Amino acid sequence: MNQNLPTEDNSATLEEILKLDGITKRFGNLTANDGISLSLAVGEILAVLGENGAGKTTLMNIIFGHYVADEGSVEVRGQSLPPGSSEAAIKAGIGMVHQHFTLAENLTVLENIILGREPLFSIRQKLSAGRRKLRALSEQFGLDVQPDTLVGDLTVGQRQRVEILKALYADAQILILDEPTAVLTPQETENLFATLRSLVKKGMSAIIISHKLNEILRISDRIALLRRGKLIGVVDAKDADRDQLAEMMVGRKVTRPKTQSLKAGAAVLKLENVSTSGASSSEDLKNVNLSIHAHEICGVAGVAGNGQNSLADLICGIRAPSSGSIELMGKKLTRFDCRTVVKAGVGRIPEDRHAKGIIGEMAVWENLVSEDLRQPPFIRGAFLLDKSAGCDHAASTIERYDIRCPGPQAETRLLSGGNLQKLILARGLSRQPRLIIASQPSRGLDEGAIAYVHGQLLEARKHGAGILLISEDLDELLSLADRIAVIFRGQLREIPAEASHDIRQIGLMMSGQEAV
Amino acid sequence: MIRLEPRERVPIWLAGIAPIVAIIVTLVLCSALILWAGEPVFQSYLLLVEGALGSKFAISETLSRATPLIFTGLAAAVAFRAKFWNIGAEGQFYFGALAVTWIGTGLFSLPPVLMIPILFLAGAVAGGALLYVPVVLKTRLNVDEVVTTLLLNFVVILLVSYLIEGPWKDPMSLGWPQAAPIIEQGELPKLLERTRLHLGFVVAIVAAIAVWFLMKLTVWGYEIRAVGFNAEGASFAGISINSTVIRTALISGGLAGMAGVSEVAGLKGYLTLDLSPGFGYAGIAVAMLAQLHPLGVIASAIFLSAIFIGADSMSRSSDVSSYIADVVTAVSLLLVLLSVMLVRFRVRWS
Repeated sequence: MNQNLPTEDNSATLEEILKLDGITKRFGNLTANDGISLSLAVGEILAVLGENGAGKTTLMNIIFGHYVADEGSVEVRGQSLPPGSSEAAIKAGIGMVHQHFTLAENLTVLENIILGREPLFSIRQKLSAGRRKLRALSEQFGLDVQPDTLVGDLTVGQRQRVEILKALYADAQILILDEPTAVLTPQETENLFATLRSLVKKGMSAIIISHKLNEILRISDRIALLRRGKLIGVVDAKDADRDQLAEMMVGRKVTRPKTQSLKAGAAVLKLENVSTSGASSSEDLKNVNLSIHAHEICGVAGVAGNGQNSLADLICGIRAPSSGSIELMGKKLTRFDCRTVVKAGVGRIPEDRHAKGIIGEMAVWENLVSEDLRQPPFIRGAFLLDKSAGCDHAASTIERYDIRCPGPQAETRLLSGGNLQKLILARGLSRQPRLIIASQPSRGLDEGAIAYVHGQLLEARKHGAGILLISEDLDELLSLADRIAVIFRGQLREIPAEASHDIRQIGLMMSGQEAV
Repeated sequence: MIRLEPRERVPIWLAGIAPIVAIIVTLVLCSALILWAGEPVFQSYLLLVEGALGSKFAISETLSRATPLIFTGLAAAVAFRAKFWNIGAEGQFYFGALAVTWIGTGLFSLPPVLMIPILFLAGAVAGGALLYVPVVLKTRLNVDEVVTTLLLNFVVILLVSYLIEGPWKDPMSLGWPQAAPIIEQGELPKLLERTRLHLGFVVAIVAAIAVWFLMKLTVWGYEIRAVGFNAEGASFAGISINSTVIRTALISGGLAGMAGVSEVAGLKGYLTLDLSPGFGYAGIAVAMLAQLHPLGVIASAIFLSAIFIGADSMSRSSDVSSYIADVVTAVSLLLVLLSVMLVRFRVRWS
């Protein structure tokens, strides 16, 4: 398949800043990294591509000193790093932007950035000097953030900017970004890529970990492919081709599901002049009108933090509207709680799988029955939980939805991201809901799992479900949705049918500009 | 440098053996104190074990001391499972004791088969009612329950002090600050002749089994665990967090209140201010040592009680102070928590 690809890295002609030599890391029986050798040149963007569990994050954690490699060494400018010391890694100029941000929500941006950079015992905080440096950095690289905003009030995209600034503040020369675009909109992704390009132009180097092929091809100079802990090959981005990369990454051909055109049916969801209150002003919905019909996928595009959460929470039953009316399957909704909404026939796929979707410490079967807890066959008498019925249900669901786990009694937190999403899909879809609310259903998943999720949604659409698909991934919306609406500062506007696949138009509306 | 790495799979034998190893290490560490006191280690521990388990009387003492600890340990275990931090078991204990004193000292009289269940019920209601105040403050106004439950302890203890020095003072007590004794029908029968071990121990065991059943096999237990592990996820699944937390608090407070009933009606016979040497607080240690497992609470309560009874006995026949019991408790708690961490993580030296 890839005989013509060099498995040895031979870019040593350029000035080399980072070198990995034979990195091997085992966790028990699992070899997460198997003899990986790579090098990074100054001014280069190297992408590390691989499916979930291929060992990308482990490798980065070794570089950054979170893990100690069993074998092999990490060298920065020819000097080998002491293993297992993040401090040394930071000192050597390595900055890491984690996939799950490591920011304290109750501190301001500035405080987060200088956190750990200050002397421990000092009477004066160096806030003003920090502020100056932060200002300079954000101007220099076009990373716009307010230093005194609480991180808890920032959107995901903004938080990532803070993470990058934090690394820059520590004088990073090598930036490692773990799945940086997983949480960004196309525009934000563009901004990030522009930032990265300007950074490398100024002599920095970057490693991007990702599984998003299109983006990788656009931003990186070289691509290192990992599969099951092994380095499969390093290719130049300009010579690479998407389908070939996908095949190398997954190890088999990935077929992407195709949509078929269906005639929309009766309305399953109708929002009339719905507003919410309680969130921030840009997150609160303002007079939203929306209807979704059977056999139809309605996509909601928008920059993070423009009301998507309010909209999803509303339909999931977490939040009540402050005004306006909601009709589910033609019936006006009067009680706003999760149980009522589920009973009315809504299948819910929450944005945050770990926080909302599952209870990690509980068993797979317990999570699969969590929405039907007080209903037969899972309840016996008034309050006895029927474990064997639950396990039977789980066993058949696991099989039907191909959830890879040791069994119904396994602890849920041990499942991989893709399998967690399968579990949540299984729970939401197995009751044949008439309305499905899916928030960022493919965020952070690999190609195989994304294809699976999309296939399931299209299958549900075929069987008559109406789907509200909220996504920040425009490719996803364009390939799945029958129509697209854009949410901006809590206002939802539908894209005229003739422009529904015009990315430029959608992008303009996402930034609040009027349709031309 | 020492590093911790999470284990993907925890072998069952390791999880089982870890707390036992922790206890053994505790005893080894504490032997330094015995040496310091100038006594031979092995013989001192032998004295301790003999004092706690060496005779029928010793065992009965250990078990009767364990009885209130099982109740308060369960109270903490249930509440902590839902991440409701009830630090007020001491207050709920005394509130239960007040209830049993009010009802059981002649308000009415029924045959023991009815009287005893009524007393336990009254204590449980009282304990639950006391905890209802902090839990409503928490669910309605988001008031931190650690502060409110802890401070209520002192309020209740002052109330008890007022009552037994004043209106409830037993005229027959020769001036001692104590309430009137429980009527005969309300006394918990002894399990063994000429010992202090009473029916309360059986009730405690039954309570532990009931709590285990509740947590493991009922919808309520599911909801309590779900809310404790991940409140947001539980709420998304349609579980009401507030009613679950309130329910948990009522169960927890009720269990602590039953401890007060058991001590007044089973052990002492009347209410005094020294009824509890901190059973409410010790319950937290019991629950943590048991890793919040209801049946584990029985074992850890008996263990801690044996250490105290044994250390008392050891200090009577050697130069080692009985305070060693506190040290053993503290060290064992730390080491068991450490062992739990070592079961979940692997230590790497580099």
